[in-house]
Formats: sequence, C-alpha cells, structure tokens
Amino acid sequence: MESVQEKIIIVENLTKQFGDFTAVKGISFDVHKGEIFGFLGANGAGKTTAMKMLIGISHPTSGQANVAGFDVQNQSEEVKRNIGYMSQKFSMYDDLTVEENITFFGGIYGLSRKQIKIKTNQLIEELQLGNIAKTKVGDLPLGWKQKLAFSVALLHEPKIVFLDEPTGGVDPITRRQFWELIYAEAHKGTTIFVTTHYMDEAEYCNRVSIMVDGVIEALDTPKKLKEQFQVNSMNEVFLKLARNIE
Amino acid sequence: MKTILFIIQKEFKQIFRDKSMLRLIFILPIIQLLVLSNAATFDVKNIRVTIADYNNSSSSRALIEKFKANPYFSEVENVSHTQEGIERLNKGKTDVVIEIPNQFEKQLQNDTTTQIQVLINAIDGATAGVQNVYITQIVQLFNQNIRVENQQVSNEQLVPNRIETIPSFWYNNTLNYKTFMVPGILVLLVTMLTLFLSAMNIVREKELGTLEQINVTPIKKHQFIIGKLFPFWVLGLVILTVGLFIAKVVFSVPMLGNIALVYLFTSVYLLLILGFGLFISNHTETQQQAMFIAWFFMVIFLLMSGLFTPIESMPKWAQNITLLNPIRYFVEFIRMVLLKGAGLQEVLPNLGIIAFFAFVVNGLSVWSYKKTN
Amino acid sequence: MKRFIGFIRKEFYHIFRDKRSLFILFGMPIAQILLFGFAITNEINNVEIAILDYAKDSESQKIIQKIKASPYFHIENEIFSDKAIESEFKKGKVKAVLLFEKDFAKKLQTERKATVQVITDATEPNVANTISNYTQSIIQNYQNQKNTVQKSNGVVIQSRMLYNPELKSVFNFVPGVMTVILMLVSAMMTSISITREKELGTMEILLVSPLKPFQVILGKVFPYVFLSIINAIVIVSMGYFIFGMPINGSIFLLAFESILFIITALSLGILISTVSNTQQTAMMISLMGLMLPVIILSGFIFPIASMPLPMQVISNIIPAKWFIIIVKSIMLKGVGLEYIFKETLILLGMTLLFIGLSIKKYKTRLE
Repeated sequence: MESVQEKIIIVENLTKQFGDFTAVKGISFDVHKGEIFGFLGANGAGKTTAMKMLIGISHPTSGQANVAGFDVQNQSEEVKRNIGYMSQKFSMYDDLTVEENITFFGGIYGLSRKQIKIKTNQLIEELQLGNIAKTKVGDLPLGWKQKLAFSVALLHEPKIVFLDEPTGGVDPITRRQFWELIYAEAHKGTTIFVTTHYMDEAEYCNRVSIMVDGVIEALDTPKKLKEQFQVNSMNEVFLKLARNIE
Repeated sequence: MKTILFIIQKEFKQIFRDKSMLRLIFILPIIQLLVLSNAATFDVKNIRVTIADYNNSSSSRALIEKFKANPYFSEVENVSHTQEGIERLNKGKTDVVIEIPNQFEKQLQNDTTTQIQVLINAIDGATAGVQNVYITQIVQLFNQNIRVENQQVSNEQLVPNRIETIPSFWYNNTLNYKTFMVPGILVLLVTMLTLFLSAMNIVREKELGTLEQINVTPIKKHQFIIGKLFPFWVLGLVILTVGLFIAKVVFSVPMLGNIALVYLFTSVYLLLILGFGLFISNHTETQQQAMFIAWFFMVIFLLMSGLFTPIESMPKWAQNITLLNPIRYFVEFIRMVLLKGAGLQEVLPNLGIIAFFAFVVNGLSVWSYKKTN
Repeated sequence: MKRFIGFIRKEFYHIFRDKRSLFILFGMPIAQILLFGFAITNEINNVEIAILDYAKDSESQKIIQKIKASPYFHIENEIFSDKAIESEFKKGKVKAVLLFEKDFAKKLQTERKATVQVITDATEPNVANTISNYTQSIIQNYQNQKNTVQKSNGVVIQSRMLYNPELKSVFNFVPGVMTVILMLVSAMMTSISITREKELGTMEILLVSPLKPFQVILGKVFPYVFLSIINAIVIVSMGYFIFGMPINGSIFLLAFESILFIITALSLGILISTVSNTQQTAMMISLMGLMLPVIILSGFIFPIASMPLPMQVISNIIPAKWFIIIVKSIMLKGVGLEYIFKETLILLGMTLLFIGLSIKKYKTRLE
C-alpha cells in the first residue's frame, strides 16, 4: 500500500536561520497524498517555523520545498491557493458573526456569493451551527471556535490543510470530536498536516515525524516507531528520543 | 475587484458593530469642532490691571477712569503699594501693574512730563506686547486731552503733516477668528481621525493574529490594502461633510469657492494620510507602538501647520520642514477656496504636491507590506 | 510584596526589551521639544508684503524704505493695479498690500494730509491685525519725524516686562510643550497598555493570579511613571541649557509638581482603560479625545483670558491648564508653593477623582 503513494509535499534540506540561530536545520521529508501526517516536537523544536515555510508566509534560508506541485520559494501564491491553514492562535474575527466570517474568508479565496451561500448552509448543517450562525465568534466557547476555524480553512476545498496545534487548550472530549472531523476530511481525500504536542493525538496519525532542536529525529508510522523504540506509547517514544539527544 | 468588495464589506461591518467606537468616531470630531473653534483666538482682551495710585488726585483718577472705560480692560483694581500689585502678579491675579507717582498731578500742571511705571507679565511675550500697545494708546489719548486743555494759542504755521493709514481687512473684515479657525480645526480633525484609525488598523490584525490567516490566502497585496483603507476614505469624506455643514450653519463660515474642489482635494489628501497610516502600521508590531508614532507625527504636523502660529515667523530650516507637512497644504488650500474663493488654477500647486506625496507614500507602503518574512 | 516587585520587573522588561519602543519613548519628546522650541513662535517677522504705489514720489519712496528696513516685513514685489491685489492674495504668499494714493507727496504738501491704505489678507486675523498695527506705527513714526518736534507735557510710560524681559516665545512654549508631551504620553500609554491586556485576554490571567487588582494596575503603570519622570527631566534640562529658560523657583517643588501631574495623567489613562474594551477605543478617547483640547484649551497657545466665558469655564476641567500655570510660576516667576496652592490642590483633587471613578467602574464590572 505505501510503496506507490503520490507525494504531495516534498521537502529537501529546508533550513531557516534567524541571525545566528538556526531554527530549522536542513530537514527533508515527504508527505503522501491523503494521509494524516503528524508533525511533532516540543515547544521551540522548530515545527511552527518549518510549517510557516511550507505555507508560504516565511522564506526558507536555504533548501527546497514543494507543496501541492508548487515551489514555496517562487510560487508561494499558487501554494496558498491550494492549501488551508488553521493557526494555533485562533484567528477569526471575534467581532464578526459565524456567518460573516465564513462569507469573508470564502470571499477572499475567490468563491462566488452563490458558492458561499451553499457552503455556509452546508457547514451550518454539518456542524449543527443552526442556532449560533448569527452569534459573534468571540462569544463562542473555544471548542466551537476551533471546529469553525477548521471548517473555514476547508472552504475553498484545498488539497492540503495545515493545522498548527489545533486542539490547544480544550478538554479531551472536545479534542476527540475534533479528530473525528479530521478523519472525515481525510476520508474525502484531503491531506492533513498537523502539528501537536499531545502525544496521544500522535497515535491517530498515519505517519508522524518527531522534531528535536530543528532536526527530524524519527519519521514513521506510530506502530513502527513504538516497535523501534520498544515501548507501548508514543509518549514514551518521545521521551526516549528527548533523552537520547541530551 | 470582487475580493476587494468582500474586504470592504467586512471592514464596514466591524466598524458598525462596535457601537461605542462608532459613537466616538462621530461625536468626538463634532463636539471638538463646535467647542474648540470658540476657544482658539489670539484676541487680547479681558486684561486685568492693578493700579497703585500714590498721587490720588483728580488727574490720576481721570487716568484710571480711562482704563475702566476701555473695553479691553475687564478688571481695574486699586492697591495702595506697588508691592501688593507685584504680589498679585505673582499669584496670577492680575496681568498688569501700574504705578502712578506721588508728583503726578503736580508735574503735569507744571508743564513737564511725569512718568508712570507699567509692569507687565510677559511670559506670553506676544500678548504682553499687545497689552503694552493698548496701555500706550490709552495714555496717549489722556495726553491729547490735557494738551487740548492746556493749549493757549494755535499757530497757523504749525499745522502738522498727517499721514492717515486706513486699514482694510479683506475676506474677514471683522477679524473673526472663527472664520479662520473652523476650517483649520476641521482639517485637523479629519486628519487625526483617519491617520489614527488607519495606523492602528493593520497592526491590530497583526496583534490579534488574524493577519497571519489573511497572509496564507492567495489574496493580492493591493486588494487587501485597498479593501482595508477604502472604508476610512469614505469615513474621512463623511466627517468632512458633517464638518462643512457645521461650519456653514453654526459658524457661518463663508464658502466662496467651489465645494466640489474641496472634495476633490480631500479625496487625494485622504489617500496620502491613509497611505501614511498604513506605512506606520507595516513597520510596527503592536498598536501601542503604532499609536505612539502616529501621535509623534501628528503633534508635529499640527503645531507646524501654520494654523496656530505663523509659518513665516519660523526659522528658515523649520519652514523647510513644513514643506513636508501635509496639513500645511490642506489648511492653506481650504482657506484659499472657502474664504478667498480661489479656483482650481490657484490651488493647483497644493493639489499637485499632495498628489505627489500620496503617490510616493502609497508606493512605499504597498512595497513595504510583506505577506512573507 | 515580592510577587509585586517581580511583576513590576516583568513590566519593565516588556518595555526595555523592545529597543524600538524605548527609542521612540525617549527620542520623540526630545525631537519635539527641539523642533517646537525653535519653530513655534507667535511673533511676526519677515511677512511678505506687496506695494501698490500710484504716487511714485519722494514721500512714498521714503515710507517704503522705512518699511523695507523693518525686520517685520519683506517686500515681495510691486504690483500695479487694484485687480492685482486679489490675485496676489489668492496665490497666498503676500499677506498685505500697501496702497499709496495718487499725488501722495503733493497732497501732503498742500492739504497736509495724505492716505496710505493697508490692505491685509485677514483670513489669518492675528497676522492681519499685527501687520496693520506695525505698519501704522512705522508710518506714525515717520510722520512724527517730519513734524517739527514740539515741546509737550504729558505722561510718559516706562514699561517693564516682568518674568520674560526679552519677550521670548520659547519661555511661553516650553512649559506648554512639556505639558502636552507628559499628558498625552502618560494617558495614552497607560490606557492602551492596560486595554491591550484586556483585548489579548491576558488581563484575566493576571486577575486570577494571587496579585490584587490594584497591584496589577500599579505594576502596569509604574514603568510609565518612571519613563515620564525621565522625560520631564530631559525636557526641563533642554529648556534650561538649550533655550535659556530660567528655573527661578525651587527645583524640588518643580519635581514634586511634575510627579503630581504625571500621576494625574496616568490616573486619567487608567480611567480611560476601565471604560474601553479595545485598544482602538482607548486610543480614540486618549488621543483623538485629548489632543486638541489639551493643545487649545490649556493656555498653551491661546490665552485663556481672551476666550469667551463658557470656554474659560470649560478650560478648568483640563488638567494641563493647571500644570502650565504651575510650571510657569515656578520656573519664570520663581514663586513658592503658597502661590500655586490652589492649582496644586486642583490637580490632586482631579487625581483622586480619576482613581475613585476607576475603582467604582472596576467594581461595577465585577458585580
């Protein structure tokens, strides 16, 4: 099954320096079309920096990355057309209603008014937003906001969606619900690229990479990683890796 | 184009959603225009004078009466010693102290001159100068009166030459400060409002994290910028309209020129101010920084605009700095058009300079707005 | 207490780590005081005027020479018809036109009376009025010179300009600029920095910490007290060393009053932050709402005594007005506290009022 996978993200020697400090040290990896790819690492390991290069809002210092068939360095605007992004800092307009946020983001992705209307209705039905569609986003609980942000990131039907710590700060049940949304989307064929520091969430991914100090230390399916490190959970894998480095 | 409409729609919604903000946007400029226009006057009147009359004669009282009768003097207080008067000066209870000497009447009657001492609080030098002129005029009038009384023979040979100066004040013959100040203050208010709001706008999205979300969309730079600034451009024109209405109805400011010209100029001017605000927004990380920088420039623009103090009196280098001050050109322009009825021909230099500035500033700010770093 | 000091330290780090903000905070007031100290003056000099001389005789030429020699005027050009006056004014450079009637010298000779018209562009009434007064006095002098000196009795005035004998504008404006800077910086920076925490949601975190609410606010305000004091010191020293402002009164009193005023402005900033939820609102009130009133109603530029009575009453609520009086009294008049007791009390009262209102607002929010 895994031998003939189509590659949708190809990263080669990607490096980012800020002055003297090298945040990402020449990482290379591929992401297959349709998989849920977990991008793990402790805070400050460089995963957000790496991700920002992949979504075209930060220029790599050196190395290459190809996302959805486009080069992130020279074709960043084409990349942006083909990806969705949900940041760890919840970023919708708090002072606009749910509907208004959907309309706005649909609009700037170039959807027509008619398409936006269809999408809005569809979303309201799927997420059962009926009674909160006219609520200001700022008044929603965090869990709702995150589900909404995820759906908005998918409005323009991107090939890949990047999720940066999507479930930060919510309870396990809400997190579980959120992962169901992710699964459903992956099932439709969308590639999911997700960073997290919850190791239990890593278990849900098809493949995970673990980044330590700007370098990818391990990359495989959760099952194989556990075998390789002879442990029972991803958490232990992570701890072992961190210990080895020190 | 369609994308821009979505942004404009969103911006307007955000402005209209925040009711307390919306109120401030409209109420603050209107109230300030109504109130402050009355206060901004350089007229020197209501002068408070304290007199120490050591002579206490009919002549000295006659002089004091002259002060009491003069409309520029609002308070004439008598004290028995000059020192008391100086004390009042120190306490800020009087503006001028006059000392009338002991031999006042005697010297006058003996056909000699007598000297009165005038002490003026000169911290505000310009005002002190004018007060001194008023006092001199009163005393001269007093002198003329005694001379007429004392004149015995009028010598035919000695009819003096008289050169009469006839002042005539054009465009504002009653020297009404409001006519002068209202258009100027309106210009300041429009500028402040649009500069502050636009300088805060994009950095606000930066601070709240929504800008990153925008930057990962395929939206074009110019679409985003035009969409963001258009609502403030409209807002500026709306405030201008309200202000012109108040100027006309409440303050009866004459509007001799073509109002369409005012709108044409303001449209271009607002592009400049908004572009400048955007430039500040691009180069700051927090709203606080943006506000401080906007404040810095605003105070300079405002105090060096020629509205409060004349540009001609500044040293040459400072005059050269005012050549970069957009408010200077706007204040000049609006006075020329409203009060003097100047046409396009006469204001073309101002319009040209502002258009050029607008072009440069917007070029710089679009160029410096980066979706990536 | 330890926790509180830790918190203040954190707030200081916030400000001092950001080199650019720091540069702005200190650099800008210096730049402004330098610029305004030299540039802002309401004296009139080098005003451009034009001559319309229908006489062109020896008398008119002599008067023009007198005008030329005066430092107040610069003769821009000569024009030749009444019509040209209007177009000169519309161009905006020329502020006044001196019009000599035909046969000026002859009339003076035969009728002993001739007229000069001083036509001013009165769109700027202050300038127009001053030009008119100055030209009149120049012409009057000329006339007196021409007339044989008569012996006359009468009152002679001996004027003394107290506190500012050279009538330097800068003496009047340094206290004003200092007040505007301290007022706006303090009120704006505190209101925006407190509202910022609210807007970003970090205020809640601080408020659930073991720190008491007033400690949180105090901690946020304290660095700005410190910064403002430094700014005040810088401004006063620049006034003293660069512009030759005297400090005739007690420097300690000046320091005390400055700190009082800084606290007044900061507590106004706190009050603004309690009524605003976003930084934009805080900015609207503290900048848009305060800037022009502080400049226009404080006596900084326009003498308060000349304002219509209602404006004089309104000016009393502007804290800047009282501080300007205080600074001028201490620095120029050299008086002690007993002379500015009322002003000091008013500032103190305003401070307490602002703090009281803030606490009340804060409490009703919790309920």
